[in-house]
Amino acid sequence: MMRFATLIKHPADWMTGGHGSHGAVLTSRIRLARNLRHHPFPGWAKREQRATALGVIRPAIEALSVMKDAFSHELDDLSSVQKQVLVERHLISREHAARGHGSAAVIERRQSFSLMINEEDHLRMQAIRPGLQLSAAFEALSALDSELEKSLEFAFDASLGYLTTCPTNLGTGLRASAMLHLPGLVLSDQIGQVLQAVNKIGLAVRGLYGEGTESLGNLYQISNQSTLGESEEMIIRRLERVISQVASHEQNAREKLLEDDPAMVADKVGRAYGVLRHAHIIDSKEALNHLSLLRLGGNLEFFPRETVLLCDALLMDIQPAHLQLHAGSKLSPEERDCSRAEILRSRLHSLESPDIGTSLKGNSEPLDHSNPENT
Amino acid sequence: MKCDFCDTKATVFLTQLVEGEMKKICLCNACAKERGVTDPTGFSLADLLLGGLPGGPGLAIGNPTTVSSGGKKCPSCGFTMDDLKKVRRFGCSECYGTFSDEVGQMLRGMHKGATHIGKVPEGLMANQIRTQRLEELRSRLDQAIAAESYEEAAGIRDEIRTLDEVNH
Repeated sequence: MMRFATLIKHPADWMTGGHGSHGAVLTSRIRLARNLRHHPFPGWAKREQRATALGVIRPAIEALSVMKDAFSHELDDLSSVQKQVLVERHLISREHAARGHGSAAVIERRQSFSLMINEEDHLRMQAIRPGLQLSAAFEALSALDSELEKSLEFAFDASLGYLTTCPTNLGTGLRASAMLHLPGLVLSDQIGQVLQAVNKIGLAVRGLYGEGTESLGNLYQISNQSTLGESEEMIIRRLERVISQVASHEQNAREKLLEDDPAMVADKVGRAYGVLRHAHIIDSKEALNHLSLLRLGGNLEFFPRETVLLCDALLMDIQPAHLQLHAGSKLSPEERDCSRAEILRSRLHSLESPDIGTSLKGNSEPLDHSNPENT
Repeated sequence: MKCDFCDTKATVFLTQLVEGEMKKICLCNACAKERGVTDPTGFSLADLLLGGLPGGPGLAIGNPTTVSSGGKKCPSCGFTMDDLKKVRRFGCSECYGTFSDEVGQMLRGMHKGATHIGKVPEGLMANQIRTQRLEELRSRLDQAIAAESYEEAAGIRDEIRTLDEVNH
């Protein structure tokens, strides 16, 4: 059985995979909800009943060949920091981390599949892939689901589909989502319109961090809301279509910004670089926003391509539980802000200043010399 | 105008076309904020409507004459209407049968459709089809015997035997 330290030591496959466009779409995620027949749902079940369900489900998962040497633990056996790290890595949900006795997580060793037992449903499985790969992620997860179906009897109704604890998940039990980075749309003030348009189509959009339209780090998650009345393929196809369009708008917004106001872009990226490389105290909001700009710089080729992946990794490593794990002890908010800055300085140590001049397209305009301190 | 969720004065009014019907919800500032209504990125009218189960707090969905559920209790897990109103989730898979009327109401406007299209558990489908087929055959067998068509009856009996063998 894999230990927590081993699981966390290696970055997830989907973090280092080169499939993604490394453009606007960071990751794609597919989640399927399933329940057993003849067992009360986890929220209503008594302690012993949850344990019974766990006793049925967990061995079935561990027996799968793809889950060989997987990380498999009851949540009670993990410390709250460890659980938080799993949440920050998107391997278990925030709700699952809060679950009590009888809940468990089984995570494939390369973290491309993670299964939660006794979350809101008996079984919530997910697959994450880099870039826009919703179909591929679904194919893989569905195969795992079919394999499990041979040894587990899932609750299913011919009319309502897969039966779930909450009716909002009935039918396919599918939640498909993608994480997008949209600094271009934010900087050009188009983000509101785009989000509204996505909403009108019946998809949900939310900032990954932060409240409402304001999203820290310019990160957004788009997902389906309806799970019943459409096949998995239809749901995924619509989502992929919309996401491609949003990514395309983002691309255009970036190009336009470079054309119309290259100095502004250069300034933002440059300042982000400066702060991240040299700050000694930095809070999570500021760090996320600067990392977003650094990542944009990578996409615009002001920095080497690998910078984008580095930023994606740092987005996780500066999260609170990750910092505590790194430090090996509980940290006060002030200590976290220092630790965060230290990690950033250290990981960005060998990143050279942005190469902006030669990267700007059709840049025949001289740089702004009105400020004598500009070099 | 009072808020549909608590009794304070309503200041936010939402109307949306849901399945060909105009649905209107009134909320006070606090409830609107709590349910993410003021957040353009994310609320679902369906979720708001879900809060209104027959007789419970919130809105009556669709037909104002709500379904009277009496003392319905799931025979499998003991879940009751009151439990449903409180947690807005079900107790076990059998509940969907026990509370089928309420489910029908809850589903209005929640999803793109009310009937499942898509993946079906493989083992299960094969079993269901076989079960249905066996029932059909048995009834045809009875009819054939009653009509004294013994040759036909023999043929049907053989088919039943073959199908049944798959079970063992």
